[in-house]
Amino acid sequence: MRAYLAIFGARFRALLQYRAAAMAGLVTQVFWGFVRVMIFTAFYASTDAPQPMTLAEVITYIWLTQALLRLLPWQPDTDVEQLIPDGNVAYELMRPLDVYGLWFARAVALRSAPMLLRCLPMLLPAYLWFGMGLPASPAAAVVFLVSVLGAIVLSAAITTLLSVSMLVTISGRGIHVLSISVINLMSGAIVPLSLLPDWSQPVLTLLPFRGLLDTPFRIYLGHLPLDAAAGAIAHQFLWALGLMLLGRMLLQRALRHVVVQGG
Amino acid sequence: MAQIIVENLRKRFIVAKRRKGMLGALAGVVHREHRVVEALAGVGFTVEAGELVGYIGPNGAGKSTTVKVLSGILVPDEGRCEVQGRVPWLERIEHVAHIGVVFGQRTQLWWDLPVVESFDLLRDIYRVEQKDHARRLEQLVAALDIGGILDTPVRQLSLGQRMRCDVVAALLHGPRLLFLDEPTIGLDAPAKLAVREFIRELNREHGTTVILTTHDMDDIEALCSRVVVIDRGRIFCDGSLDALRARVGVERRLTLELESDASLEIEGARIVEREGPRVVLAFDPERISPAALIARITEQHPVRDLLVENPPIEEIVARLYDDAREETS
Repeated sequence: MRAYLAIFGARFRALLQYRAAAMAGLVTQVFWGFVRVMIFTAFYASTDAPQPMTLAEVITYIWLTQALLRLLPWQPDTDVEQLIPDGNVAYELMRPLDVYGLWFARAVALRSAPMLLRCLPMLLPAYLWFGMGLPASPAAAVVFLVSVLGAIVLSAAITTLLSVSMLVTISGRGIHVLSISVINLMSGAIVPLSLLPDWSQPVLTLLPFRGLLDTPFRIYLGHLPLDAAAGAIAHQFLWALGLMLLGRMLLQRALRHVVVQGG
Repeated sequence: MAQIIVENLRKRFIVAKRRKGMLGALAGVVHREHRVVEALAGVGFTVEAGELVGYIGPNGAGKSTTVKVLSGILVPDEGRCEVQGRVPWLERIEHVAHIGVVFGQRTQLWWDLPVVESFDLLRDIYRVEQKDHARRLEQLVAALDIGGILDTPVRQLSLGQRMRCDVVAALLHGPRLLFLDEPTIGLDAPAKLAVREFIRELNREHGTTVILTTHDMDDIEALCSRVVVIDRGRIFCDGSLDALRARVGVERRLTLELESDASLEIEGARIVEREGPRVVLAFDPERISPAALIARITEQHPVRDLLVENPPIEEIVARLYDDAREETS
Protein backbone atom coordinates (compact mmCIF):
# COMPACT_ATOMS: atom_id res chain seq x y z
CA MET A 1 0.00 0.00 0.00
CA ARG A 2 2.86 2.33 0.89
CA ALA A 3 4.22 1.90 -2.62
CA TYR A 4 0.92 2.81 -4.29
CA LEU A 5 0.47 5.80 -2.00
CA ALA A 6 3.99 6.94 -2.89
CA ILE A 7 3.18 6.67 -6.60
CA PHE A 8 -0.03 8.62 -6.05
CA GLY A 9 1.83 11.27 -4.04
CA ALA A 10 4.55 11.74 -6.63
CA ARG A 11 2.08 12.15 -9.46
CA PHE A 12 -0.12 14.43 -7.38
CA ARG A 13 2.81 16.73 -6.56
CA ALA A 14 3.99 16.72 -10.15
CA LEU A 15 0.52 17.70 -11.37
CA LEU A 16 0.24 20.54 -8.86
CA GLN A 17 3.21 22.16 -10.61
CA TYR A 18 1.08 23.09 -13.59
CA ARG A 19 -0.28 26.31 -12.16
CA ALA A 20 -0.13 28.30 -15.38
CA ALA A 21 -2.15 25.62 -17.19
CA ALA A 22 -4.67 25.70 -14.35
CA MET A 23 -5.07 29.48 -14.61
CA ALA A 24 -5.50 29.33 -18.37
CA GLY A 25 -7.99 26.50 -18.00
CA LEU A 26 -9.84 28.50 -15.39
CA VAL A 27 -10.39 31.41 -17.74
CA THR A 28 -11.73 29.07 -20.41
CA GLN A 29 -14.00 27.34 -17.96
CA VAL A 30 -15.43 30.63 -16.67
CA PHE A 31 -16.09 31.72 -20.25
CA TRP A 32 -17.86 28.47 -21.16
CA GLY A 33 -19.77 28.64 -17.91
CA PHE A 34 -21.20 32.02 -18.90
CA VAL A 35 -22.09 30.79 -22.38
CA ARG A 36 -23.94 27.83 -20.91
CA VAL A 37 -25.71 29.96 -18.28
CA MET A 38 -26.93 32.29 -21.04
CA ILE A 39 -28.15 29.41 -23.20
CA PHE A 40 -30.17 27.91 -20.35
CA THR A 41 -31.52 31.33 -19.32
CA ALA A 42 -32.78 31.76 -22.87
CA PHE A 43 -34.36 28.28 -22.85
CA TYR A 44 -36.13 28.91 -19.58
CA ALA A 45 -37.35 32.32 -20.77
CA SER A 46 -38.92 30.78 -23.86
CA THR A 47 -40.97 28.08 -22.10
CA ASP A 48 -43.88 28.06 -19.70
CA ALA A 49 -43.94 24.29 -19.27
CA PRO A 50 -42.89 23.08 -15.81
CA GLN A 51 -39.29 21.80 -15.79
CA PRO A 52 -37.72 19.20 -13.49
CA MET A 53 -35.18 21.79 -12.31
CA THR A 54 -35.49 25.51 -11.60
CA LEU A 55 -33.25 27.92 -13.49
CA ALA A 56 -31.36 28.74 -10.27
CA GLU A 57 -30.64 25.02 -9.81
CA VAL A 58 -29.46 24.70 -13.39
CA ILE A 59 -27.09 27.63 -12.91
CA THR A 60 -25.65 26.04 -9.76
CA TYR A 61 -25.33 22.74 -11.66
CA ILE A 62 -23.45 24.50 -14.48
CA TRP A 63 -20.91 26.13 -12.18
CA LEU A 64 -20.37 22.87 -10.35
CA THR A 65 -19.74 21.24 -13.73
CA GLN A 66 -17.22 23.94 -14.65
CA ALA A 67 -15.45 23.51 -11.30
CA LEU A 68 -15.21 19.71 -11.43
CA LEU A 69 -14.79 19.34 -15.19
CA ARG A 70 -11.25 18.05 -14.92
CA LEU A 71 -12.26 14.96 -13.05
CA LEU A 72 -13.92 13.56 -16.17
CA PRO A 73 -12.03 10.59 -17.65
CA TRP A 74 -11.71 12.07 -21.12
CA GLN A 75 -8.59 10.24 -22.11
CA PRO A 76 -6.24 7.45 -21.03
CA ASP A 77 -3.68 8.42 -18.43
CA THR A 78 -1.37 10.85 -20.22
CA ASP A 79 1.70 9.24 -18.62
CA VAL A 80 0.75 5.77 -19.73
CA GLU A 81 -0.16 7.21 -23.12
CA GLN A 82 3.49 8.23 -23.44
CA LEU A 83 4.92 5.05 -21.96
CA ILE A 84 3.27 2.70 -24.39
CA PRO A 85 4.33 3.99 -27.82
CA ASP A 86 7.94 4.59 -26.73
CA GLY A 87 8.30 1.29 -24.91
CA ASN A 88 9.08 2.71 -21.48
CA VAL A 89 6.21 0.56 -20.31
CA ALA A 90 8.98 -2.04 -19.89
CA TYR A 91 10.04 -0.28 -16.72
CA GLU A 92 6.49 -0.43 -15.41
CA LEU A 93 6.66 -4.19 -15.65
CA MET A 94 10.01 -4.07 -13.90
CA ARG A 95 8.47 -2.76 -10.67
CA PRO A 96 7.64 -5.27 -7.97
CA LEU A 97 4.07 -4.01 -8.05
CA ASP A 98 0.73 -4.96 -9.48
CA VAL A 99 0.67 -3.02 -12.77
CA TYR A 100 -3.03 -2.34 -12.45
CA GLY A 101 -2.54 -0.92 -8.97
CA LEU A 102 0.30 1.23 -10.25
CA TRP A 103 -1.77 2.68 -13.08
CA PHE A 104 -4.82 3.11 -10.91
CA ALA A 105 -2.87 5.02 -8.24
CA ARG A 106 -1.60 7.37 -10.95
CA ALA A 107 -5.06 7.80 -12.43
CA VAL A 108 -6.47 8.82 -9.05
CA ALA A 109 -3.83 11.55 -8.87
CA LEU A 110 -4.48 12.58 -12.47
CA ARG A 111 -8.21 12.96 -11.87
CA SER A 112 -7.98 14.69 -8.51
CA ALA A 113 -5.00 17.09 -8.61
CA PRO A 114 -5.92 19.22 -11.66
CA MET A 115 -9.55 19.29 -10.50
CA LEU A 116 -8.62 20.44 -6.97
CA LEU A 117 -6.28 23.04 -8.40
CA ARG A 118 -9.13 24.59 -10.39
CA CYS A 119 -12.16 24.01 -8.25
CA LEU A 120 -11.66 26.51 -5.42
CA PRO A 121 -10.71 29.50 -7.61
CA MET A 122 -13.73 28.58 -9.75
CA LEU A 123 -16.29 28.11 -6.98
CA LEU A 124 -15.46 31.24 -5.02
CA PRO A 125 -16.34 33.80 -7.74
CA ALA A 126 -19.24 31.57 -8.78
CA TYR A 127 -20.74 31.94 -5.29
CA LEU A 128 -19.95 35.60 -4.96
CA TRP A 129 -20.91 36.94 -8.36
CA PHE A 130 -22.17 34.32 -10.81
CA GLY A 131 -25.37 33.24 -9.08
CA MET A 132 -24.32 29.84 -7.75
CA GLY A 133 -26.34 28.55 -4.80
CA LEU A 134 -25.20 26.88 -1.57
CA PRO A 135 -25.73 23.15 -0.84
CA ALA A 136 -29.30 22.20 0.07
CA SER A 137 -28.31 21.40 3.67
CA PRO A 138 -25.16 20.79 5.73
CA ALA A 139 -25.87 17.05 5.53
CA ALA A 140 -26.17 17.33 1.74
CA ALA A 141 -22.80 19.10 1.66
CA VAL A 142 -21.11 16.25 3.53
CA VAL A 143 -22.75 13.54 1.42
CA PHE A 144 -21.82 15.59 -1.67
CA LEU A 145 -18.15 15.39 -0.70
CA VAL A 146 -18.40 11.61 -0.24
CA SER A 147 -20.01 11.41 -3.65
CA VAL A 148 -17.23 13.50 -5.25
CA LEU A 149 -14.79 10.98 -3.80
CA GLY A 150 -16.86 8.25 -5.44
CA ALA A 151 -16.72 10.18 -8.70
CA ILE A 152 -12.90 10.39 -8.51
CA VAL A 153 -12.59 6.65 -7.90
CA LEU A 154 -15.05 5.91 -10.71
CA SER A 155 -13.23 8.28 -13.04
CA ALA A 156 -9.87 6.70 -12.20
CA ALA A 157 -11.33 3.24 -12.91
CA ILE A 158 -12.55 4.40 -16.34
CA THR A 159 -9.23 6.15 -17.03
CA THR A 160 -7.28 3.00 -16.23
CA LEU A 161 -9.58 0.94 -18.44
CA LEU A 162 -8.87 3.38 -21.30
CA SER A 163 -5.13 3.11 -20.54
CA VAL A 164 -5.31 -0.67 -20.68
CA SER A 165 -7.03 -0.45 -24.06
CA MET A 166 -3.91 1.30 -25.37
CA LEU A 167 -1.92 -1.91 -24.99
CA VAL A 168 -4.02 -3.16 -27.88
CA THR A 169 -4.41 0.01 -29.92
CA ILE A 170 -1.02 1.71 -29.18
CA SER A 171 -2.47 5.14 -29.89
CA GLY A 172 -4.94 6.72 -27.50
CA ARG A 173 -6.44 9.13 -29.99
CA GLY A 174 -9.40 7.10 -31.21
CA ILE A 175 -10.56 6.21 -27.73
CA HIS A 176 -10.00 9.82 -26.72
CA VAL A 177 -12.43 11.17 -29.33
CA LEU A 178 -14.99 8.50 -28.54
CA SER A 179 -14.86 8.82 -24.79
CA ILE A 180 -15.07 12.62 -24.76
CA SER A 181 -18.41 12.66 -26.56
CA VAL A 182 -19.94 9.74 -24.68
CA ILE A 183 -18.79 10.92 -21.28
CA ASN A 184 -19.73 14.58 -21.75
CA LEU A 185 -23.26 13.69 -22.74
CA MET A 186 -23.87 10.85 -20.29
CA SER A 187 -22.33 12.46 -17.22
CA GLY A 188 -24.31 15.69 -17.39
CA ALA A 189 -21.45 17.92 -18.55
CA ILE A 190 -23.49 19.24 -21.50
CA VAL A 191 -27.08 19.21 -20.23
CA PRO A 192 -28.13 18.35 -16.65
CA LEU A 193 -29.33 14.75 -16.95
CA SER A 194 -32.72 15.49 -15.36
CA LEU A 195 -33.52 17.71 -18.37
CA LEU A 196 -32.96 14.87 -20.87
CA PRO A 197 -36.07 13.02 -22.15
CA ASP A 198 -37.89 10.61 -19.82
CA TRP A 199 -37.23 7.59 -22.04
CA SER A 200 -33.48 8.06 -21.65
CA GLN A 201 -33.58 8.16 -17.86
CA PRO A 202 -33.47 4.38 -17.16
CA VAL A 203 -30.42 4.01 -19.43
CA LEU A 204 -28.68 7.03 -17.90
CA THR A 205 -29.35 5.73 -14.42
CA LEU A 206 -28.01 2.28 -15.22
CA LEU A 207 -24.77 3.41 -16.88
CA PRO A 208 -21.78 4.44 -14.76
CA PHE A 209 -21.28 7.90 -16.30
CA ARG A 210 -24.02 9.54 -14.25
CA GLY A 211 -21.86 8.94 -11.18
CA LEU A 212 -19.14 11.23 -12.54
CA LEU A 213 -21.03 14.54 -12.21
CA ASP A 214 -24.79 14.21 -12.06
CA THR A 215 -24.97 12.09 -8.90
CA PRO A 216 -22.88 14.44 -6.73
CA PHE A 217 -24.68 17.47 -8.15
CA ARG A 218 -28.17 16.16 -7.45
CA ILE A 219 -27.05 15.42 -3.89
CA TYR A 220 -25.75 18.97 -3.63
CA LEU A 221 -29.05 20.39 -4.89
CA GLY A 222 -31.03 18.21 -2.51
CA HIS A 223 -32.78 16.37 -5.39
CA LEU A 224 -31.68 13.07 -3.90
CA PRO A 225 -32.90 12.58 -0.35
CA LEU A 226 -30.29 11.01 1.89
CA ASP A 227 -31.48 7.40 1.58
CA ALA A 228 -31.62 7.67 -2.23
CA ALA A 229 -28.19 9.33 -2.08
CA ALA A 230 -26.80 6.28 -0.29
CA GLY A 231 -28.08 4.14 -3.17
CA ALA A 232 -26.56 6.50 -5.75
CA ILE A 233 -23.19 6.46 -4.00
CA ALA A 234 -23.34 2.67 -3.84
CA HIS A 235 -24.02 2.76 -7.60
CA GLN A 236 -20.82 4.84 -8.09
CA PHE A 237 -18.63 2.55 -6.02
CA LEU A 238 -20.10 -0.68 -7.42
CA TRP A 239 -19.48 0.49 -10.97
CA ALA A 240 -15.97 1.59 -9.97
CA LEU A 241 -15.29 -1.82 -8.46
CA GLY A 242 -16.68 -3.63 -11.50
CA LEU A 243 -14.61 -1.53 -13.91
CA MET A 244 -11.50 -2.05 -11.80
CA LEU A 245 -11.95 -5.82 -11.86
CA LEU A 246 -12.58 -5.72 -15.61
CA GLY A 247 -9.55 -3.48 -16.21
CA ARG A 248 -7.32 -5.68 -14.10
CA MET A 249 -8.43 -8.81 -15.91
CA LEU A 250 -7.91 -7.25 -19.36
CA LEU A 251 -4.51 -5.94 -18.30
CA GLN A 252 -3.37 -9.36 -17.10
CA ARG A 253 -4.46 -10.84 -20.37
CA ALA A 254 -2.82 -8.11 -22.46
CA LEU A 255 0.46 -8.36 -20.57
CA ARG A 256 0.84 -11.97 -21.56
CA HIS A 257 1.00 -10.80 -25.16
CA VAL A 258 2.74 -7.51 -24.80
CA VAL A 259 5.89 -7.07 -26.82
CA VAL A 260 8.15 -4.18 -26.04
CA GLN A 261 9.93 -3.44 -29.29
CA GLY A 262 13.36 -2.01 -29.78
CA GLY A 263 16.46 -1.84 -27.63
CA MET B 1 24.68 -21.93 -7.39
CA ALA B 2 23.72 -20.93 -10.90
CA GLN B 3 22.05 -17.51 -10.96
CA ILE B 4 20.61 -17.97 -14.41
CA ILE B 5 19.68 -21.19 -16.18
CA VAL B 6 18.38 -20.90 -19.71
CA GLU B 7 17.62 -23.93 -21.85
CA ASN B 8 16.32 -24.11 -25.37
CA LEU B 9 14.56 -20.75 -25.18
CA ARG B 10 12.38 -19.96 -28.19
CA LYS B 11 10.38 -16.92 -29.16
CA ARG B 12 8.68 -16.22 -32.47
CA PHE B 13 7.22 -12.94 -33.57
CA ILE B 14 4.63 -12.72 -36.29
CA VAL B 15 5.10 -9.63 -38.41
CA ALA B 16 2.66 -8.40 -41.03
CA LYS B 17 4.31 -7.98 -44.42
CA ARG B 18 3.65 -4.75 -46.22
CA ARG B 19 3.61 -4.75 -49.96
CA LYS B 20 5.06 -1.86 -51.87
CA GLY B 21 3.19 0.99 -53.51
CA MET B 22 -0.45 1.99 -53.59
CA LEU B 23 -1.62 -1.32 -55.07
CA GLY B 24 0.31 -3.20 -52.43
CA ALA B 25 -1.26 -1.10 -49.70
CA LEU B 26 -4.73 -1.77 -51.10
CA ALA B 27 -3.99 -5.48 -51.35
CA GLY B 28 -2.89 -5.32 -47.73
CA VAL B 29 -6.33 -4.09 -46.73
CA VAL B 30 -7.91 -7.21 -48.19
CA HIS B 31 -5.36 -9.81 -47.33
CA ARG B 32 -2.26 -9.56 -45.19
CA GLU B 33 0.65 -11.85 -45.47
CA HIS B 34 2.56 -12.66 -42.35
CA ARG B 35 6.15 -13.47 -41.81
CA VAL B 36 7.46 -15.39 -38.83
CA VAL B 37 10.60 -14.02 -37.25
CA GLU B 38 12.49 -16.35 -34.98
CA ALA B 39 13.94 -13.99 -32.41
CA LEU B 40 15.16 -16.81 -30.21
CA ALA B 41 15.73 -20.18 -31.82
CA GLY B 42 16.81 -22.31 -28.89
CA VAL B 43 19.07 -20.23 -26.70
CA GLY B 44 20.78 -21.86 -23.73
CA PHE B 45 23.42 -20.83 -21.22
CA THR B 46 24.15 -20.81 -17.51
CA VAL B 47 25.51 -17.95 -15.46
CA GLU B 48 27.07 -18.53 -12.03
CA ALA B 49 26.86 -16.06 -9.18
CA GLY B 50 29.51 -13.36 -9.38
CA GLU B 51 30.14 -13.63 -13.12
CA LEU B 52 30.36 -10.60 -15.38
CA VAL B 53 29.11 -11.76 -18.75
CA GLY B 54 29.09 -9.79 -21.98
CA TYR B 55 26.16 -10.66 -24.20
CA ILE B 56 26.79 -9.47 -27.71
CA GLY B 57 25.56 -9.81 -31.23
CA PRO B 58 24.50 -7.57 -34.12
CA ASN B 59 21.24 -5.63 -34.18
CA GLY B 60 18.28 -7.96 -34.35
CA ALA B 61 20.24 -10.97 -33.15
CA GLY B 62 18.03 -11.56 -30.12
CA LYS B 63 19.99 -9.82 -27.38
CA SER B 64 17.23 -7.58 -26.14
CA THR B 65 14.67 -10.34 -26.50
CA THR B 66 16.75 -12.52 -24.19
CA VAL B 67 17.13 -9.72 -21.65
CA LYS B 68 13.39 -9.09 -21.77
CA VAL B 69 12.64 -12.74 -21.10
CA LEU B 70 15.18 -12.84 -18.27
CA SER B 71 13.74 -9.72 -16.71
CA GLY B 72 10.21 -11.08 -16.84
CA ILE B 73 8.58 -8.70 -19.30
CA LEU B 74 8.32 -11.11 -22.20
CA VAL B 75 6.89 -14.60 -22.18
CA PRO B 76 8.80 -17.06 -24.39
CA ASP B 77 7.06 -19.64 -26.55
CA GLU B 78 9.16 -22.55 -25.39
CA GLY B 79 12.05 -23.46 -23.19
CA ARG B 80 13.16 -23.30 -19.61
CA CYS B 81 14.36 -20.22 -17.83
CA GLU B 82 15.17 -19.83 -14.17
CA VAL B 83 16.67 -16.74 -12.61
CA GLN B 84 17.67 -17.02 -8.98
CA GLY B 85 15.46 -20.07 -8.77
CA ARG B 86 12.36 -18.31 -10.13
CA VAL B 87 10.63 -18.44 -13.49
CA PRO B 88 10.59 -14.72 -14.37
CA TRP B 89 7.22 -14.43 -16.08
CA LEU B 90 5.37 -16.66 -13.64
CA GLU B 91 6.61 -14.92 -10.51
CA ARG B 92 7.14 -11.49 -12.01
CA ILE B 93 6.70 -9.41 -8.87
CA GLU B 94 8.93 -11.55 -6.65
CA HIS B 95 11.44 -11.82 -9.48
CA VAL B 96 11.81 -8.14 -10.32
CA ALA B 97 12.17 -7.26 -6.64
CA HIS B 98 15.51 -9.09 -6.73
CA ILE B 99 17.05 -7.89 -9.97
CA GLY B 100 18.25 -4.54 -11.22
CA VAL B 101 17.86 -3.42 -14.82
CA VAL B 102 19.27 -0.50 -16.77
CA PHE B 103 18.10 0.03 -20.33
CA GLY B 104 20.59 2.53 -21.71
CA GLN B 105 18.11 4.05 -24.10
CA ARG B 106 15.40 4.53 -21.51
CA THR B 107 15.18 5.95 -18.05
CA GLN B 108 13.35 4.70 -15.01
CA LEU B 109 13.56 8.04 -13.23
CA TRP B 110 10.58 10.34 -12.96
CA TRP B 111 11.04 13.04 -15.54
CA ASP B 112 9.51 15.89 -13.56
CA LEU B 113 10.96 15.08 -10.16
CA PRO B 114 14.33 15.91 -8.65
CA VAL B 115 16.62 12.88 -8.72
CA VAL B 116 16.48 12.33 -4.98
CA GLU B 117 12.67 12.14 -5.06
CA SER B 118 12.84 9.41 -7.68
CA PHE B 119 15.16 7.54 -5.33
CA ASP B 120 12.73 8.01 -2.42
CA LEU B 121 9.92 6.69 -4.58
CA LEU B 122 11.97 3.63 -5.48
CA ARG B 123 12.61 3.06 -1.78
CA ASP B 124 8.85 2.94 -1.21
CA ILE B 125 8.19 0.83 -4.30
CA TYR B 126 10.81 -1.76 -3.38
CA ARG B 127 9.88 -1.57 0.33
CA VAL B 128 13.45 -0.89 1.42
CA GLU B 129 13.98 -0.01 5.08
CA GLN B 130 14.85 3.66 5.56
CA LYS B 131 18.19 2.93 7.20
CA ASP B 132 19.28 0.45 4.50
CA HIS B 133 18.18 2.94 1.88
CA ALA B 134 20.16 5.80 3.42
CA ARG B 135 23.30 3.69 3.73
CA ARG B 136 23.13 2.33 0.20
CA LEU B 137 22.24 5.68 -1.30
CA GLU B 138 25.22 7.29 0.41
CA GLN B 139 27.59 4.65 -0.98
CA LEU B 140 26.19 4.81 -4.50
CA VAL B 141 26.11 8.60 -4.60
CA ALA B 142 29.75 8.69 -3.57
CA ALA B 143 30.79 5.94 -5.99
CA LEU B 144 29.11 7.52 -9.00
CA ASP B 145 29.75 11.09 -7.91
CA ILE B 146 26.21 12.39 -8.29
CA GLY B 147 26.02 14.30 -4.98
CA GLY B 148 25.85 17.63 -6.79
CA ILE B 149 22.85 16.80 -8.95
CA LEU B 150 20.51 15.11 -6.47
CA ASP B 151 18.18 18.10 -6.35
CA THR B 152 18.08 18.64 -10.12
CA PRO B 153 14.96 17.55 -12.00
CA VAL B 154 15.75 14.60 -14.23
CA ARG B 155 14.77 16.42 -17.42
CA GLN B 156 17.61 18.90 -16.86
CA LEU B 157 20.36 16.28 -16.57
CA SER B 158 22.90 15.57 -19.27
CA LEU B 159 22.90 12.07 -20.71
CA GLY B 160 25.98 11.08 -18.70
CA GLN B 161 24.51 12.38 -15.46
CA ARG B 162 21.20 10.70 -16.16
CA MET B 163 22.86 7.39 -16.90
CA ARG B 164 24.78 7.47 -13.63
CA CYS B 165 21.54 8.23 -11.78
CA ASP B 166 19.85 5.37 -13.62
CA VAL B 167 22.58 2.98 -12.51
CA VAL B 168 22.06 4.13 -8.92
CA ALA B 169 18.31 3.69 -9.30
CA ALA B 170 18.76 0.10 -10.48
CA LEU B 171 20.86 -0.77 -7.43
CA LEU B 172 19.01 0.94 -4.58
CA HIS B 173 17.19 -2.22 -3.58
CA GLY B 174 20.46 -4.17 -3.45
CA PRO B 175 19.89 -6.69 -6.23
CA ARG B 176 22.37 -9.56 -6.56
CA LEU B 177 21.86 -9.61 -10.32
CA LEU B 178 22.10 -6.64 -12.66
CA PHE B 179 21.11 -6.43 -16.33
CA LEU B 180 22.76 -3.65 -18.25
CA ASP B 181 21.46 -3.06 -21.76
CA GLU B 182 23.87 -0.72 -23.54
CA PRO B 183 24.73 1.30 -20.44
CA THR B 184 27.38 3.41 -22.17
CA ILE B 185 25.44 4.26 -25.33
CA GLY B 186 25.89 7.90 -26.28
CA LEU B 187 28.14 8.72 -23.33
CA ASP B 188 31.30 10.79 -23.61
CA ALA B 189 34.63 9.28 -22.63
CA PRO B 190 34.80 10.36 -18.95
CA ALA B 191 31.24 9.24 -18.32
CA LYS B 192 31.92 5.90 -20.02
CA LEU B 193 34.97 5.38 -17.86
CA ALA B 194 33.09 6.29 -14.69
CA VAL B 195 30.27 3.86 -15.44
CA ARG B 196 32.70 1.11 -16.44
CA GLU B 197 34.85 1.58 -13.37
CA PHE B 198 31.78 1.42 -11.18
CA ILE B 199 30.48 -1.77 -12.77
CA ARG B 200 33.84 -3.43 -12.29
CA GLU B 201 33.94 -2.48 -8.60
CA LEU B 202 30.38 -3.61 -8.09
CA ASN B 203 31.20 -7.00 -9.53
CA ARG B 204 34.54 -7.43 -7.75
CA GLU B 205 33.78 -5.99 -4.34
CA HIS B 206 30.14 -6.93 -3.91
CA GLY B 207 30.04 -10.04 -6.06
CA THR B 208 27.02 -8.76 -8.00
CA THR B 209 26.35 -10.83 -11.09
CA VAL B 210 26.24 -8.61 -14.18
CA ILE B 211 24.86 -9.33 -17.64
CA LEU B 212 26.00 -6.66 -20.05
CA THR B 213 24.80 -6.18 -23.61
CA THR B 214 26.65 -3.65 -25.68
CA HIS B 215 28.00 -2.73 -29.07
CA ASP B 216 31.05 -1.15 -27.51
CA MET B 217 33.97 -3.56 -27.68
CA ASP B 218 35.88 -1.47 -25.18
CA ASP B 219 33.15 -2.12 -22.61
CA ILE B 220 33.57 -5.84 -23.14
CA GLU B 221 37.32 -5.62 -23.17
CA ALA B 222 37.41 -3.61 -19.95
CA LEU B 223 34.85 -5.61 -18.04
CA CYS B 224 33.96 -9.06 -19.19
CA SER B 225 35.83 -12.27 -18.57
CA ARG B 226 33.22 -14.21 -20.48
CA VAL B 227 31.43 -13.36 -23.69
CA VAL B 228 28.32 -14.96 -25.11
CA VAL B 229 27.70 -14.20 -28.79
CA ILE B 230 24.23 -14.57 -30.22
CA ASP B 231 23.27 -14.46 -33.88
CA ARG B 232 19.90 -15.02 -35.49
CA GLY B 233 18.48 -16.36 -32.26
CA ARG B 234 21.21 -18.89 -31.61
CA ILE B 235 24.16 -18.91 -29.28
CA PHE B 236 27.10 -18.81 -31.57
CA CYS B 237 30.00 -18.74 -29.20
CA ASP B 238 30.34 -18.81 -25.43
CA GLY B 239 33.69 -18.42 -23.73
CA SER B 240 36.44 -16.07 -22.65
CA LEU B 241 37.24 -12.96 -24.62
CA ASP B 242 40.61 -14.41 -25.57
CA ALA B 243 38.98 -17.57 -26.84
CA LEU B 244 36.64 -15.46 -28.93
CA ARG B 245 39.53 -13.46 -30.37
CA ALA B 246 41.54 -16.57 -31.03
CA ARG B 247 38.59 -18.15 -32.77
CA VAL B 248 38.15 -15.21 -35.06
CA GLY B 249 41.80 -14.31 -35.30
CA VAL B 250 41.01 -10.66 -34.93
CA GLU B 251 43.78 -8.27 -35.65
CA ARG B 252 44.26 -5.05 -33.82
CA ARG B 253 44.90 -1.77 -35.56
CA LEU B 254 47.80 0.56 -34.98
CA THR B 255 47.50 4.00 -36.55
CA LEU B 256 50.79 5.89 -36.85
CA GLU B 257 51.66 9.36 -37.85
CA LEU B 258 55.26 9.41 -38.98
CA GLU B 259 57.62 12.34 -39.30
CA SER B 260 58.29 11.49 -42.93
CA ASP B 261 56.84 9.63 -45.90
CA ALA B 262 59.64 7.06 -45.70
CA SER B 263 58.75 3.53 -46.62
CA LEU B 264 57.98 1.25 -43.73
CA GLU B 265 58.32 -2.46 -43.29
CA ILE B 266 57.68 -4.00 -39.92
CA GLU B 267 57.88 -7.65 -39.03
CA GLY B 268 54.70 -8.99 -37.44
CA ALA B 269 52.37 -6.33 -38.91
CA ARG B 270 50.92 -5.59 -42.29
CA ILE B 271 50.03 -2.26 -43.80
CA VAL B 272 46.29 -1.80 -44.29
CA GLU B 273 46.24 1.81 -45.34
CA ARG B 274 48.86 4.39 -46.21
CA GLU B 275 48.30 8.06 -46.84
CA GLY B 276 51.44 10.13 -46.76
CA PRO B 277 52.80 10.10 -43.22
CA ARG B 278 49.67 8.34 -41.89
CA VAL B 279 49.92 4.56 -41.75
CA VAL B 280 47.43 2.01 -40.49
CA LEU B 281 48.92 -1.32 -39.50
CA ALA B 282 47.11 -4.54 -38.60
CA PHE B 283 48.71 -6.96 -36.18
CA ASP B 284 47.85 -10.03 -34.18
CA PRO B 285 48.32 -9.31 -30.45
CA GLU B 286 48.83 -13.04 -29.84
CA ARG B 287 52.00 -12.96 -31.90
CA ILE B 288 53.35 -9.56 -31.04
CA SER B 289 52.34 -7.39 -28.11
CA PRO B 290 51.42 -3.78 -28.90
CA ALA B 291 54.30 -2.58 -26.72
CA ALA B 292 56.86 -4.69 -28.58
CA LEU B 293 55.48 -3.60 -31.93
CA ILE B 294 55.62 0.08 -31.02
CA ALA B 295 59.16 -0.33 -29.72
CA ARG B 296 60.15 -2.00 -32.98
CA ILE B 297 58.70 0.85 -35.04
CA THR B 298 60.08 3.72 -33.00
CA GLU B 299 63.54 2.18 -33.26
CA GLN B 300 63.50 2.65 -37.01
CA HIS B 301 61.25 5.65 -37.60
CA PRO B 302 60.49 8.87 -35.77
CA VAL B 303 56.79 8.76 -34.79
CA ARG B 304 54.70 11.85 -34.15
CA ASP B 305 51.58 10.16 -32.87
CA LEU B 306 50.09 6.70 -32.52
CA LEU B 307 46.87 4.97 -31.57
CA VAL B 308 46.06 1.33 -30.87
CA GLU B 309 42.50 0.29 -31.55
CA ASN B 310 40.36 -2.78 -31.32
CA PRO B 311 38.19 -3.42 -34.32
CA PRO B 312 34.58 -2.61 -33.48
CA ILE B 313 32.42 -5.41 -32.17
CA GLU B 314 30.49 -5.52 -35.43
CA GLU B 315 33.66 -6.42 -37.27
CA ILE B 316 34.49 -9.27 -34.92
CA VAL B 317 30.95 -10.51 -35.00
CA ALA B 318 30.85 -10.18 -38.78
CA ARG B 319 34.00 -12.30 -38.95
CA LEU B 320 32.36 -14.85 -36.67
CA TYR B 321 29.37 -15.15 -38.97
CA ASP B 322 31.49 -15.45 -42.05
CA ASP B 323 33.25 -18.34 -40.35
CA ALA B 324 29.91 -19.86 -39.42
CA ARG B 325 28.65 -19.74 -42.98
CA GLU B 326 31.82 -21.31 -44.27
CA GLU B 327 31.47 -24.11 -41.75
CA THR B 328 27.89 -24.88 -42.73
CA SER B 329 28.36 -24.59 -46.49
